[in-house]
Amino acid sequence: MDDITGLPLEEDDLSVKESPFSGVTRGTWRRFRKHPGAIIGSGIFLILVLLVVLAPLSPYDPEASDMSIRNQALSFSHIMGTDSLGRDLFTRILFGGRISLTVGLIVVSISLLVGVPVGALAGYYGGWLDALLMRITDTFLSLPSFLVLIFLSAMLREVELPLFQRNSVLTIGLVIGILSWMTFARLVRASFLTLRDIDFVSAIRALGGSDFRIIIKHILPNSIGPIIVEATLELGYAIIEESGLSFLGFGIQPPTPSWGNLLSNAQAHFTTYPWLAIFPGLMIFLSIISVNYIGDGLRDAFDPYKVLNKVGEVT
Amino acid sequence: MTYYILRRLIQTVGLLFLLSMILFALVNLSPGGPLAGQGQSRHVQPEKVELLKRQFGLDQPLPVQYAIWLIGNDWMKVDVDGDGVKESNGTRQGILRGDFGFSFRTRKPVLEEIGERLPNTIYLMSITMLTAILLAIPIGILSAVRQYSKFDITVTTFSFAGQAIPEFWLGLILILVFYAWLKNPFTGEALMPSGGITTLGLQGFNLGDRIWHLALPVLTGALGWISWYSRFMRSSMLEVIHKDYLRTARAKGLPRWMVLYKHGLSNALIPLITLLALDLPYIFSGAIFVEYLFAWPGMGRLYYQAAEQRDYPVLMTVLIIGATVIIFSNLLADILYAYLDPRVRYE
Repeated sequence: MDDITGLPLEEDDLSVKESPFSGVTRGTWRRFRKHPGAIIGSGIFLILVLLVVLAPLSPYDPEASDMSIRNQALSFSHIMGTDSLGRDLFTRILFGGRISLTVGLIVVSISLLVGVPVGALAGYYGGWLDALLMRITDTFLSLPSFLVLIFLSAMLREVELPLFQRNSVLTIGLVIGILSWMTFARLVRASFLTLRDIDFVSAIRALGGSDFRIIIKHILPNSIGPIIVEATLELGYAIIEESGLSFLGFGIQPPTPSWGNLLSNAQAHFTTYPWLAIFPGLMIFLSIISVNYIGDGLRDAFDPYKVLNKVGEVT
Repeated sequence: MTYYILRRLIQTVGLLFLLSMILFALVNLSPGGPLAGQGQSRHVQPEKVELLKRQFGLDQPLPVQYAIWLIGNDWMKVDVDGDGVKESNGTRQGILRGDFGFSFRTRKPVLEEIGERLPNTIYLMSITMLTAILLAIPIGILSAVRQYSKFDITVTTFSFAGQAIPEFWLGLILILVFYAWLKNPFTGEALMPSGGITTLGLQGFNLGDRIWHLALPVLTGALGWISWYSRFMRSSMLEVIHKDYLRTARAKGLPRWMVLYKHGLSNALIPLITLLALDLPYIFSGAIFVEYLFAWPGMGRLYYQAAEQRDYPVLMTVLIIGATVIIFSNLLADILYAYLDPRVRYE
């Protein structure tokens, strides 16, 4: 049965067979460059990352308040205005971006570290191991993830352990991560299922290649495409989940800024000082739309069949 | 098919048990335990906490607590006054008999609490989804039929943006524009209300007032879904348009609109319907932001308040309901798919 969310592909449409391989080839980068959305998306995302990395160059302190310049509107010295404690909003947004993007990276890393091995083992070995791992995956998929996320972060908000103090970046990243590896597991399993009995893999096995070597060196590189696409999109989901949590007050705790809690703090007075609500949300929006466009471009780049199909549609 | 549904139902029951165990363990292993949220926990004397623990049965081993949570304790002797002596039968009936306990926050039965809120969420979310679908389907079809037209390109761009706008930001911006900035030219008051289901103090049912209060929350909730479904509808329609059976229908001399809307659409809608079933649970979690922003007394807001004050009985119940909805909507999607598409058969 076809995956009902990813549309079923008709193999005989253009007499081009969909290849089970989706590794990085020379054509990948060429096709990516031809996707206008992906290029603009990459540009915006790069600028965001650069700004965030260079945040400490800002002349203002993100956490020190200055009551003489409270709630100032946009000006040349404060290009996004100041907040109710007289802190420069632009500086706080840049530092918040560090938090939000770091959480995103942690989430993607955890999802990959858990999801890829689970999917690879299940797909490669099959049998009881597959059944067991997929039941675990299904169980996680049946959890109402955002509700569980709220629940866990509300619990962990009181924790005072070293690294995990009051919902640190690490806590939030971990919590979102352990609730989002399942897509990777399913994806990797599916491509391992198709690739494990393909001729060249059987040949390596006959030559005495170990299972570990086959999985890491031969199958994984050939199924990397969907993994990269999904990882890109996951970064977007992670950013939106973190900011959503922080917006509700369960995520990153003030005074540490994150895009979500900046927006949350803005709520009290945003009708009088609208810039406090406009800019943090704009950053979330920009980062997500750019990541989505990059993901879209990568999907086309890794799937030459789909590009051909697009040409075919014109006729 | 019947056998398939039966097998899936049995699996579902198993999965629900497993999930209930996980959720129960999470609550009880959380820092401070289930009593952490009881009133002003930091000012409660330690002896009092011990007493409460005995009264709530929290001194029992976790598996025993889980069993009691499931089937109740009215058949066994419990320590009612917390003095360490088991004197009379308990009063809990267990969730299997529909006893989800009392809310820590309001001291009302959890089910009563949910019963008050659920209709408001269903009311808001059904209108949100109806709006989303009624807009997304025509947009998606038109976009596909006129692929690469100006309309299509505009829609595709906007749907990308629509999916990237966080609901909580969209809501704030809408409140800013329609509540803070735009004024009613006749009365000088805010153009749209910033929250609530009806105007406070309004007597009886007033349709206009209801719609006025629905507009912003529905727009906030629906935009992402409109984008998502119109994109989905577009690609689903494109998929069908290039199928051989449509070419055949056209070759037989059927008019274009009939080919598209009768033969094409009915096939293109199948994946959308199953997708709708799969999305059902997310519609409810989406309600959290909308209800939070617009002071809507529904389930999402209830869950937010419960998490804020560590109201475990409410949290547990909503989580269990959430998991059940997910599992059943997955089942529903599979069944619908097989029912609507005769090519799909499960053994």
